[in-house]
Amino acid sequence: MSFIECVDLTHIYNAGMENEMLAVENVNIKIEEGEFVAILGTNGSGKSTLAKHFNGLLLPSSGKCLVDGMDTKDEEHTYDIRRQIGMVFQNPDNQIIAAIVEDDVGFGPENIGLDPHEIRRNVTAALRAVDMEEYRHFSPHHLSGGQKQRVAIAGALAMNTKCLVLDEPTAMLDPRGRHEVMDTVSRLNKERGITTVYITHFMEEAAMADRIFVMDQKHLVASGTPREIFRDIGAMKKRGLAVPMAAEMAYRLQQKGIRITESIINTEDLVRAICQ
Amino acid sequence: MSIELKNISYTYMPKTPFEHLALDDISITIPEGKITAIAGHTGSGKSTLIQHFNGLLKPNKGTILVDGVDIGKKNTEAKAARRKVGIVFQYPEYQLFEETIAKDIAFGPRNIGCSEDETQERVKQAMDFVNLDYDKYAHRSPFQLSGGQKRRAAIAGILALQPKYLVLDEPTAGLDPKGRESLMEKFRRLHKEKGTTIVLISHNMDNIASYADNVIILNKGKVTMEATPEEAFSQKELISQAGLELPEVKTIMNELAQNGLEIQNNAYTMDKAVEEIIEALRRKGKC
Repeated sequence: MSFIECVDLTHIYNAGMENEMLAVENVNIKIEEGEFVAILGTNGSGKSTLAKHFNGLLLPSSGKCLVDGMDTKDEEHTYDIRRQIGMVFQNPDNQIIAAIVEDDVGFGPENIGLDPHEIRRNVTAALRAVDMEEYRHFSPHHLSGGQKQRVAIAGALAMNTKCLVLDEPTAMLDPRGRHEVMDTVSRLNKERGITTVYITHFMEEAAMADRIFVMDQKHLVASGTPREIFRDIGAMKKRGLAVPMAAEMAYRLQQKGIRITESIINTEDLVRAICQ
Repeated sequence: MSIELKNISYTYMPKTPFEHLALDDISITIPEGKITAIAGHTGSGKSTLIQHFNGLLKPNKGTILVDGVDIGKKNTEAKAARRKVGIVFQYPEYQLFEETIAKDIAFGPRNIGCSEDETQERVKQAMDFVNLDYDKYAHRSPFQLSGGQKRRAAIAGILALQPKYLVLDEPTAGLDPKGRESLMEKFRRLHKEKGTTIVLISHNMDNIASYADNVIILNKGKVTMEATPEEAFSQKELISQAGLELPEVKTIMNELAQNGLEIQNNAYTMDKAVEEIIEALRRKGKC
C-alpha cells in the first residue's frame, strides 16, 4: 500500500457556481513511504490544489485521495491524517502564530492535548532536528526567512508527522535561506525517513528528489526520476518549465556539436563529461 | 543624469530598545539609461534603501538627488523629481484594490492629475505592454486573474505613471520559469525601447548576470561592492560573505577550470559560457 494514493482525483473550485473552475483533472498518483518527490508545473497548473488534498485541506470533487489507507473524505480520519502530514507554505510570515519560537512549535502538540512533558520533549527534539534549538526563546520576528521556515518545519515535526508537504518553501528566501531549507528537508528525509512532497519552481531543487511529477494544465503529464524528466529539454520548455542549469549547458554544447553521451543533471555530471 | 545617494543613513525606531541601523553611510549612483542590480541577503537593507529613491522614507542623514534635484526639499521641483521614480514592491499583486483592472491601473495617472483621455490612453498602453488584452480584461475584477496575470496587472499600474526610473523589488519571485523569463524580457524591452532606467532588486544572481549593467551589493546596511557583473562575479569571497552566491553558470565554469579545462573563465551568462567551453575544447583538439 502506498503512503499517499490519489485515484482519478478531480477538483473543481466553486462547483455549480458562476465562477466554477476546474483545477485538477483525473490525477492518479502514488507516493511511497519514505520517498522524496518533487512536483513541478507552471503557475495555475494545479500543483498546489493537488497538494492540499494530501492532508484533507481540500476534498476531491470526484475520485479519492488515500493517506496511509485512510480516505480523506472520511471525517473520522481527518485528524489522524493531519497529524501524519504537515504542511509548510511559501510565506513564512503567514504560518507563524506565537510570539516565542518554542510556543509556536508547541502549538500543534498542545492543541491535540499531549501531556506537557511530552510537549516539551517533542518541541526540543523538533527544534534540534532543524538545528534551531538555540533560538527557542527568540521572537520569530527576529529570525531570517530560512530560519522561520525551519521553525515551521519543526512545528510539523513536533506532531510526530510522518510526511512533510512543502509548497514553494524557498520562493521568498535568499540563497542562504534556500540552502538551509533544502538541506534540512533532505536530511529529514534521509535520516528520519520523513516522506517528502516538495513543490517548487527551481529545477535545481527538484533534481534532488527521488522522483518528479510534472503537472500541466490541470493534468499529471509526466513522472520519473530527475534524470528521466530532465532528459527531454524540449518537452519541459514547451510546458513553461526548464531544466537545471548544467543540463541546459550540456544541451547547448550538444547542439554545437560537442559529443556528450551521459545524462547531465548537475555540475558534477557536466564536469565529468567535459574534463575527461 | 542619475539617482545619486550621498552619505545616507537610516535607523528604524530610533531612541527605543528596538533601534536598528538599517543603512549605514551609503553613497551610490544609479546611472540613467542602465540596468542596475542591487543584491544582498534578507535584512541587508535593500528594501529600506529603495524606499529612499522616491522619498517614501526620509534618511536620518544624507541627501538624495534625482536628476540633480534634492528630493528632500519641500517645493514643486522636488515633488516632480520624486515622481520620476516608480517602485514595484515585492508581491505587488497584494496591492491590487479596485473593482476592475482598468480602474486599478488608472488610479496612479489620475492621482498625478492626468486628464481622463490621457489616463485612458496610459491604461491601454500599460495593459498592452504587459500583454493583458484591453478588451478582454479591462472591466474584469483583478481578483479573478491568475497569479502571474495579477502580477502583470499590478506592474501595469506603475508603468502607467511612466516613470523615468523604474525600481523592481524581486519582480519574479514565485513565478514559474517561463513567467520569470517573459517578465524580465518585458523589462528589457522597456529599457531598450523607451530608455527607462531600471533598478533590479534580486537575490537571483543568474537573473542579475543576464540583465544587469552594474551590480551593487549590500551587506548589513553597507555597500560592499559597486561593480560590473564581470568584476563582481570574479570575487567569490566577497559575494559569499554577503550571504549571496555566484550565478550558477559561473559556478559551473569555476568547477570546470578547477578540473583542468583551460578556459578564460570570464563568462557568467549561458551563451558566453558555451562559447568559452567550445573554444577550450578546440584548443585541446577534442572537437
